[in-house]
Amino acid sequence: MAEKVLMKGNEAIAEAAIKAGCRHYFGYPITPQTEIAAYMAKRMPKIGGTFLQAESEIAAINMVYGVASAGFRVMTSSSSPGVSLKQEGISYIAGSDLPALIVNVQRGGPGLGGIQPSQSDYFQATKGGGHGDYHLIVLAPASVQEMADLTVKAFDLADKYRCPAMLLADGTMGQMMEPVVLPEVDTAPVEKPWAVTGTKNARPHNIINSLYLKPDQLEKTNFERYEKYRQIEENEVMYESFMMEDAEYCVVAFGITARISKNAVIAARKKGIKVGMIRPITLWPFPTDAIAKAAEQVKGFLSVELSMGQMIEDVRLASGCRRPVLLCNRTGGMIVSPEEVLAKIDELVAL
Amino acid sequence: MNYTPRRVSVFCGHYGSGKTNIAVNYALWLKSSGIPVRIADLDIVNPYFRTKDSQDALAAAGIPLISPEYANSNVDLPALPQELYGLVQRREEYAVMDVGGDDRGAYALGRYAPYIREEGNFDVFCVVNFYRPLTQTAEEVMTVMKEIECAGHLPFTAIVNNSNIGNDTTPDDIRATFAECEKLSRLTGLPVAFTTVREDLLPAMGAPTAETGAYLPLTLQKKYFDITT
Repeated sequence: MAEKVLMKGNEAIAEAAIKAGCRHYFGYPITPQTEIAAYMAKRMPKIGGTFLQAESEIAAINMVYGVASAGFRVMTSSSSPGVSLKQEGISYIAGSDLPALIVNVQRGGPGLGGIQPSQSDYFQATKGGGHGDYHLIVLAPASVQEMADLTVKAFDLADKYRCPAMLLADGTMGQMMEPVVLPEVDTAPVEKPWAVTGTKNARPHNIINSLYLKPDQLEKTNFERYEKYRQIEENEVMYESFMMEDAEYCVVAFGITARISKNAVIAARKKGIKVGMIRPITLWPFPTDAIAKAAEQVKGFLSVELSMGQMIEDVRLASGCRRPVLLCNRTGGMIVSPEEVLAKIDELVAL
Repeated sequence: MNYTPRRVSVFCGHYGSGKTNIAVNYALWLKSSGIPVRIADLDIVNPYFRTKDSQDALAAAGIPLISPEYANSNVDLPALPQELYGLVQRREEYAVMDVGGDDRGAYALGRYAPYIREEGNFDVFCVVNFYRPLTQTAEEVMTVMKEIECAGHLPFTAIVNNSNIGNDTTPDDIRATFAECEKLSRLTGLPVAFTTVREDLLPAMGAPTAETGAYLPLTLQKKYFDITT
C-alpha cells in the first residue's frame, strides 16, 4: 500500500534479501532472530523461492555452501550459539571463494548465554571465527533502515569480491520496529562464470573446492585471496562521522551502542565537552584510517560495546596507542545507558 | 472515549501489529474511567518488548499485571501463570488480555476460551496495522484473522485500526488507511471499535466517525534506543 512500512529489524533483513534477488534461505530457529526464518517461511513459497528449516545450523550453512556454488544468491541467519555452529561451513565457503550472506543477530554469551542483546561476537565475526586465513566482510547496521540497506550491500559486496559477508546485528536491532523504505534493487543476475551449472559439454568443468593437495598451491591461493582482501580494505570501508570536526574526544561505537552513544555525545556537547563519534559501519574492513586521523586530533577515545571489550583492541591498534582508550561496556544482555556513556566521557576528560 | 467495554477484552492480531501497546493503553483508559481492571500478558511468542516493560506505568495506575514468571528473563519458555484462570473466572473485575502474535500466539488463548465464551461478555479485538508488510490489504488481514480464530477458539468481535509507521506517523498516514479498514469491516461484518491515534496527533484528526470508531489516544514510551534530536 505505502512506500514506507513499519518493520522489525529481522523482517527488514528478510524482505531486503528477497528484493536483492535471494531466493534460497536455509536456517534453524533461535531467539532473537527467528522472525527472519518465520518471514522467509511465509514469503519464499509465494515467490518461487526455497525456505528450508534444516535439521541444524551446520546443515543449513552447508546448504548455503551448495547453493552458492551453483551461483545463486543465498543466505542463512542465526544468533550467537548458532553462528558458532556454522563456523566450519563459513571457513569452507571462504576457502572456496563463494559469495553468501550470513546474518548474526547477537545474544549474550559465551555458551548458551542468554537471549538478550549483545555485541560479544565481534572477535568471531571480524577475526575469522573458523579455521584458516580468511576474512568476512562484516557490516553493522544501526537502524531498521540500515538492516535493509546493508543486507542488499552485503549481497553486492559478496558477489563483487566472491567472498562471504556477514551482517552483524544484535537482539535489539532485530526486534525493534521502525519505519523503513525497502530498497528497490536491480535484480539482474550477476554473471558468475565460475559457478557449477553444468558444462553442457561446452566448457571445462568448474570446480568448487577448498582442498589443496599441493601446499604451494594452497599458499599461492592464500596470497591471492589476501590481495583481494587488501582491495576490500582499500575500497569498501564505511563509517559515520558525527560531530568530529572540532572534537577533542572521540567515542567509537557500532550498531545499537552507537545509537545510545549518540544521545550521550549530544548531552556532553550541551555540557560544553567537545566530543564526537566515529561509527564503524564496516567492522571488517575496520575504519583504521579514520581512527588514525582522529588520533592526531583528539585527546582520547572511548569504545562503547556490549562485550568485555573487543573492538577496543582495533581502536587501540588503529590509533597507534598514541591516545588513551577507555571502555564503556555492559554484557550478558544488559544494555549500556546514555548516562553511563556520559559518565565515561567525563572520566576521559578528567584523565 | 466513547465505547462500552465488555468484561473481558482480548487483543489479538498479526505479529507486531501493536497489541501490547494498545492493551496497556486500553487498560489505563478503563481504570481512569473508574473500572477495576487487571491486565494479563499471554505472549508466548516474543520474549522482547512486552507488557512487563510497562509495569511501572501499570503499577502507578493501580492495575495488577499478570505476567509469565519468566517474562523479560533469559528463559525462553512458553509457560503461563495459574493466576490467569482467576482473571477469566473472577467476574467482579474487568480483564484485558494481551495475546501473542498470529495463530502461534493465539494458541495460548484456547485454553481460556471456554470460560470466556460461557460468560459471553467479551470483546476480541483484531488489531490491524496496514503499514505492516504482511497485512497491507483487507484480504491479507482476513487470512491472519482466520488462522487466529482457529487457534484461539474465540471469534473476533471488532477491529482496532492501529495503522502507523512509528514516530514518523502523520494524521494523513492514518487517514490513508480508512478505506482499506472500511473494506475489512465490510468483508468481515465487524465494526471498527477504535482507531488509535498518538496523543499529540489527536487535535489534527477531527471528530471520529463510524469509519474510525472512537479514537484511542496512545502514549508511546520513549525507548533507550530512540535518538534525541
